[in-house]
Amino acid sequence: MSMGNEQLEYALHLADNALILGQRLGEWCGHGPVLEQDIAMTNIALDYIGRARLLYQYAAGMCAPESTEDQLAFMRNEWEYRNVLLAEQPNGDFAQTVARQFYIEAFQIDYLKALQQSGDATFSAIAEKSIKETAYHFKWASEWVIRLGDGTDVSHRKMQDALETLWPYTGELFREAPYESWMRKNLNGPDLAALYTAWSARLQPVFTLAGLELPAGQWMQEGGKTGRHTEHMGYLLAEMQFMQRAYPGLEW
Amino acid sequence: MPAQLFEERIEGEEKIEPRDWMPEEYRRTLIRQISQHAHSEIVGMLPEGNWVTRAPSLKRKAILLAKIQDEAGHGLYLYAACETLGVSREDLLSELHSGKAKYSSIFNYPALSWADMGAIGWLVDGAAIMNQIPLCRTSYGPYARAMVRICKEESFHQRQGYEIMLTLSRGTEVQKQMAQDALNRWWWPSLMMFGPGDADSVHSLQNLRWKIKRFSNDELRQRFVDMTVPQAELLGLNIPDPLLRWNPDRNHYDFGPIDWDEFWNVVRGNGPCNRERLHDRVNAHEEGAWVRDAAIAHAIKQRNRQAPVAS
Ligand SMILES: [Fe+2]
Ligand SMILES: [Fe+2]
Repeated sequence: MSMGNEQLEYALHLADNALILGQRLGEWCGHGPVLEQDIAMTNIALDYIGRARLLYQYAAGMCAPESTEDQLAFMRNEWEYRNVLLAEQPNGDFAQTVARQFYIEAFQIDYLKALQQSGDATFSAIAEKSIKETAYHFKWASEWVIRLGDGTDVSHRKMQDALETLWPYTGELFREAPYESWMRKNLNGPDLAALYTAWSARLQPVFTLAGLELPAGQWMQEGGKTGRHTEHMGYLLAEMQFMQRAYPGLEW
Repeated sequence: MPAQLFEERIEGEEKIEPRDWMPEEYRRTLIRQISQHAHSEIVGMLPEGNWVTRAPSLKRKAILLAKIQDEAGHGLYLYAACETLGVSREDLLSELHSGKAKYSSIFNYPALSWADMGAIGWLVDGAAIMNQIPLCRTSYGPYARAMVRICKEESFHQRQGYEIMLTLSRGTEVQKQMAQDALNRWWWPSLMMFGPGDADSVHSLQNLRWKIKRFSNDELRQRFVDMTVPQAELLGLNIPDPLLRWNPDRNHYDFGPIDWDEFWNVVRGNGPCNRERLHDRVNAHEEGAWVRDAAIAHAIKQRNRQAPVAS
């Protein structure tokens, strides 16, 4: 991957977020708490894999020499992945998967609207398509936060725990990596800091309906956007990259 | 006479609907068959689910996810069809989890390489279609209608599976080996999917008479072999049966004897993955209990909050 190409790095950041989330959700396939939710999580996984493909295809065209979606998705080193740490966090129990999705989708609603306004026609078109999917994802996640928060003592505790566990990974969503500043300045990309208020405003009513407390922790982890990942990432990649690494360069 | 009316409707190819009178044995047979079918769909998600996280390309990952999602959908339609006969999904699931209800034995074999995703689609979904297309005309209305939707998707799965095999068979030596190995392992279990030979099949005759089944196990198996052999030739793969040859007198392929000991052994729970498959299903169900409880508790609270307080 050639560095110093901010637009490419930005495309990879978006693509990696989508792929890693899709990969995590795909781990549930066949093991959901109830058949309908197995289907719902697979649906969301499919949206993300589809989105990742569009973004990697765009990124592949920017590479010199030209690359392919699968080269970019499967053949990079861990430190070259630009996804946020939140995306790679393990599924945990169902509450943790819901919490991860809830934080991210709440963020994406306004983020994608801003990206749609950007000066890059491809990002804008992908954002437009993703907005519709995100509305459904956010609805799904919010409804489950409410159900689990309000449901039983057990589910309430698990939901609160999950929201607390993942809270330190939410700060990274709003911290600008160099390629994101470049996007903002040169192609009217989203202004992350400005999105924080809207994000909080989306969380609050859901927490209220769910009877849950907004986590209060101040310390935030970061690093994924610049390639410094958590220990979970290596295992995720080992599994995901297995075929391409074992049999490089083949058609499947 | 409801019994006579029932027989007349069966004879006249009219569908039996949930509210119609039906013999108890007909109802029991349907519940057994539809629930076995539903369980097969959801247990069948497991061997393929084993490869979702390792799919070799983004395109294949998406196709595989969508396929497994279809199977979950098939499970849902079939449980719903079964519920029209007065039995709940929860009860059917506990029969699966206790080991009392059966599911297709094919899913007790392991999915060892990526080529298995091809072989399963091509052979297992292929055999399922052979079994299921006649069921679109089965006498029980809700089952027949569920099967129409399901068959459309199954034929799609079959083509996708074949396409994986085709790509492998045109690939490198290792890819060809993978494909051949998968065919070697899945061929015989696929033939067993049609059930015991007609001479040994316990339920066949009455089911044919009631038009629950439309063709016998051996007829369907023969059709499957006749359809699949040329497809294997096109792939350049060898079907692992030294006795397989075209018989111009019968106008069918002759094939070697099926190892029914192996079949019954797997049915009895001794297949390579019986324990894992059941354990996975039970585990997912048990670990999901608190989620389902929460959803019910929330729904009740919601209803109570909305209902006017009784004075
Ligand atoms: Fe199916
Ligand atoms: Fe299928």
